[in-house]
Amino acid sequence: MPAVAETLNTVETLTQSSYKWGFETAIEMDLAPKGLNEDTIRLISARKEEPEWLLAWRLKAFATWQKMEPPRWARVGDHPPIDFQDAHYYAAPKKKPGPKSLDEVDPELLAMYEKLGIPLKERAILAGVEGAEGEAGESDRPQVAVDAVFDSVSVATTFRSTLAKAGVIFCPISEAVREHPDLVRQYLGTVVPASDNFYAALNSAVFTDGSFVFIPKGVRCPMELSTYFRINARNTGQFERTLIIAEDGASVSYLEGCTAPMRDENQLHAAVVELIAMDDASIKYSTVQNWYPGDSEGRGGIYNFVTKRGACRGARSKISWTQVETGSSITWKYPSCILQGEGSVGEFYSVAVTNNHQQADTGTKMIHIGRDTRSTIVAKTISAGQSDSTYRGLVRMLPKASNARNHTQCDSLLIGDRCGAHTVPYIENRNMTAKIEHEATTSKISEDQLFYCRSRGLSEEDAVGLIVNGFCKDVLKELPMEFAVEAQKLLQVSLEGSVG
Amino acid sequence: MSDFLRIEGLEASIDDNGSPKPILKGIDLVIPAGEVHAIMGPNGSGKSTLSYVLAGREDYEVTGGSVSFKGQDLLAMEPEERAAAGVFLAFQAPVELPGVNNANFLRTAVNAVRRARGEEEYDAVQFLKAARTKAKALSMPEDLLKRNVNVGFSGGEKKRNEVLQMAMLNPSLAILDETDSGLDIDALRIVAEGVNALRSPSFSALVITHHQRLLDYLVPDKVHVMARGRILRTGGPELAHQLEAEGYASFLAEAA
Amino acid sequence: MNALAPSAAGRDNAARFVAEYQGKRGRLGDLAARDAAGDWLSRHGLPRRTEEAFKYTDLRPLWERDRPAEPSGAGFAPALLDSLFERAGLDRDWPRLVFVNGQLDAALSSTQSGGFAGVGGDTPDHAVVALNTMLAEDGASLHVPAGTDAGRLVIVSLCGPGTDAHLRHRVVLERGAKLSLIEIASGEGSYAGTVVSEITVREEAALEHVRLQQDAADAVSLSHVRATVAERASYDGFNLALGAAVARHEVRARLEGSYGIVHVNGAQLLGGTQVADLTSAIVHAAPHTSSRQTVKNVLTGRARGVFQGKILVNRIAQKTDGYQMNQALLLSEEAEIDAKPELEIFADDVKCSHGATAGALDEEQMFYLRSRGVPRAEARAILVRAFLEDAFDLVADEPVRALLEQATEGWWDGADALGAS
Repeated sequence: MPAVAETLNTVETLTQSSYKWGFETAIEMDLAPKGLNEDTIRLISARKEEPEWLLAWRLKAFATWQKMEPPRWARVGDHPPIDFQDAHYYAAPKKKPGPKSLDEVDPELLAMYEKLGIPLKERAILAGVEGAEGEAGESDRPQVAVDAVFDSVSVATTFRSTLAKAGVIFCPISEAVREHPDLVRQYLGTVVPASDNFYAALNSAVFTDGSFVFIPKGVRCPMELSTYFRINARNTGQFERTLIIAEDGASVSYLEGCTAPMRDENQLHAAVVELIAMDDASIKYSTVQNWYPGDSEGRGGIYNFVTKRGACRGARSKISWTQVETGSSITWKYPSCILQGEGSVGEFYSVAVTNNHQQADTGTKMIHIGRDTRSTIVAKTISAGQSDSTYRGLVRMLPKASNARNHTQCDSLLIGDRCGAHTVPYIENRNMTAKIEHEATTSKISEDQLFYCRSRGLSEEDAVGLIVNGFCKDVLKELPMEFAVEAQKLLQVSLEGSVG
Repeated sequence: MSDFLRIEGLEASIDDNGSPKPILKGIDLVIPAGEVHAIMGPNGSGKSTLSYVLAGREDYEVTGGSVSFKGQDLLAMEPEERAAAGVFLAFQAPVELPGVNNANFLRTAVNAVRRARGEEEYDAVQFLKAARTKAKALSMPEDLLKRNVNVGFSGGEKKRNEVLQMAMLNPSLAILDETDSGLDIDALRIVAEGVNALRSPSFSALVITHHQRLLDYLVPDKVHVMARGRILRTGGPELAHQLEAEGYASFLAEAA
Repeated sequence: MNALAPSAAGRDNAARFVAEYQGKRGRLGDLAARDAAGDWLSRHGLPRRTEEAFKYTDLRPLWERDRPAEPSGAGFAPALLDSLFERAGLDRDWPRLVFVNGQLDAALSSTQSGGFAGVGGDTPDHAVVALNTMLAEDGASLHVPAGTDAGRLVIVSLCGPGTDAHLRHRVVLERGAKLSLIEIASGEGSYAGTVVSEITVREEAALEHVRLQQDAADAVSLSHVRATVAERASYDGFNLALGAAVARHEVRARLEGSYGIVHVNGAQLLGGTQVADLTSAIVHAAPHTSSRQTVKNVLTGRARGVFQGKILVNRIAQKTDGYQMNQALLLSEEAEIDAKPELEIFADDVKCSHGATAGALDEEQMFYLRSRGVPRAEARAILVRAFLEDAFDLVADEPVRALLEQATEGWWDGADALGAS
């Protein structure tokens, strides 16, 4: 295998210099003192001017969390213990941006988002589309509304008035708590209870910001919604909370992206995302996760421990998760669907790429409760360097899930012989009319394919990029077009150093 | 330019469960610019190995001899450098690339080669126009460009796709490895026309085949008979007819 | 998925077995190994469902069932053995070793083994093996010399009401040897049996190991196979689970030499409230090795089938070819299948895949058969047989396959009585 040996040599010579989002921005910050106790939580709640019920909810979650143990099963627990007292739980730019107008946002921040390629200007487009496959012309491209969360607070949200005209609420969750308290109180924690798991409990206690989306009955959200998360401050964690509600017949497509500066220490990101879809509603949730993965020696990087779950409460509702996971030193996430409404549909499309010393343990749970529910799982795992990547998933057909269907396809690709790829599906069927099909494969890029491409003039790096993108195509095609091209480039960059 | 492609004493072996198994045992072959040469021979004679070694496949170890192409040491070049230099191998059994769009692949390849040759890259419009014209000339259904590379292609579609790539990459040396196998007579003629269209004083071809049939359409300047890793006899187009009539037996007996 | 630390109560579930050991320790050998196993059990207890490896199989009947002060004698055994000949179609001419209530019965056996090989061995790491190490007093020791084809050998284990029986077999096939080993487990009343088979297949040897488990309806039936397979050797296992209230057949195989082959195939046909579990872990520890698993479940009543299969490919094991297929047919509304097919891969040049399907009989096929005049029950039987066929076809030794098929026919009658709908 000389071709592979050669690519491996390139791995060793390259460092993680390819993480181009790793810069730090000098912004004057308001930091809570280090440490986690009831006072920290009271401080967060006070800074956010929260109502009493929410403070009580946070304190209860904190009490629950204190009785819980961090998960240590599988490979998730391999990291050194996290000192939860050695971090700031609130960090916000001092110059408080007036979320009402973009003109009031700190120009330093605007410049930073420009640098990240996330222009906080209305009528802006996230990324260009090129290539023979892009059929749509410039004018057909949908516009994207962006909520930018910087450390603990939302600093800007675009297109608010356009959305408001359609009846759509898209705002920082801290604002929703003040402006739409009844809605938040009705749904918060109903999909992911505070006691769900260690990191969900922690998030419930200390969450700082995130996005709130409400699509009223019968409304198709007129544009893509997007939240862009950025950890900037040192010694902080990010605990964002996202809540999306689509009422009867409503639909929305939501994208999330994230980056962080390059640092030697590990930073914790423990988010909770809750989706609720009522009758005939549909929510499409796409993630391009590009937190700093640590350097080539495995130093630094984000611990990405998140809980994402959607409830298809209504008949014929649909929740679709698409994720491209390239960042973070450790990822632990299982975006799931509770398929309760009759005929509801859950989807999970995932690409997880690990390189150097990264570890990813990701997958989904599809809990079929109602009859005629359907789910599709397509998971593509690519491991390179000395990384480990695991698909872990559960498909459960409960006794009332008559005629339910699941199809699962998990494919792993190994690049080099020092990495690992693992597949751990749990398949449980308690209904005879329900049908489950599961397929999984593990392979490497074949020498035949590499040679074929190279004999047509492609460099080895381009050949591998092309083949890997082909391998991921079934997932990438699920991404909104604006993100698909970005994601393709990201795949190539993430594997840089592993394949030349 | 008489030594456009010069192969001297070429020996190569493949790893056979840990021990090298010699396949090419001293090939001498010169193809001048502008000429079409055919290699014929029984199964297992080393014809495909020769094509792979010329294209730079790493499974084969070159144990002796040399190959110069336009004065350069071909064996020292990477596969993609050979492609850029003008070597094109039409595979006997092209591999499938799941998820890789055929048009996208072709454009990436064409632009990589053009870049390496110092030519301007095609933009999307120029490329599609060129690809569609050439695909049409090969009677390829247009949706072949939209499908994934070779995935679910019939035998004939795969071969035509190889010839389309050749037409787009504009090589100066085409090696056709049994491109005629599995083709019906119409497809055969179309493929041959595709190659003939490239014929010029600066284009040479090495046509590996079992049958005289293809050579009716693609008339060679020279025919070589290959067996057991060596070239046993070289002659004009009439040699192919003789082979067709008499089979390989007499040649093999002669060589033994 | 958060494992709980074992509570004091959790560890207590092994107490009565440890007490039983203390009671008979004076007349046993291999005390170092048995003491270590006893210590391990006292510390860890018997596994509960909070342990990941036993997530789907509840072993509580093992320690919760009542045991009479005086277990039955061996009087039931001759008649039961006869019924295996008469009804199950077991060939009387095949050499056999018969164990009754965990002890060799020379009168019912037709051949001899090398005698009990003891329970010495590795440090305990598994509850069933530890229990067996602590308590087993007998078992077969089979040694097939180099280059010898030993033909067929049958090991029958019969248990009577109220007994616990622990058997420890050791099987060694020297270079180039061959053996077709048939294991049959059966019994009457409520009992618990563990059998641990330590198997070594040396270079170029081939072992076919077919197990027919038709234990009594109230039995707990636990078997555990550890096999090491050398270069160009093969272990070809098949487990047909028909009986017992709770059964688990676990295979841990290790491919230690190039071109070695392991098959862990099986079928589980269950009704009533039966639970049967086929768990395997196949370690590819050498290059160019292959493993194949085809497991079929046919489930009716409130039965639950469990399949857990792990293929682990070590870094060194390039060119591994691993394949796993688990399929389940659910024939009743309350039947359940739980499957966990796992791949754990550390080598890049491998071809590994697994598949799992679960569902009911194909309505279209049913309709087709019935529209051609085949009655419903018969149509169902035809389709179930067809479903099982790919698995049974993997049993190479034809008369042995016929034995399994006959046992299946018997199950079908019983399952109808159990109320398949």
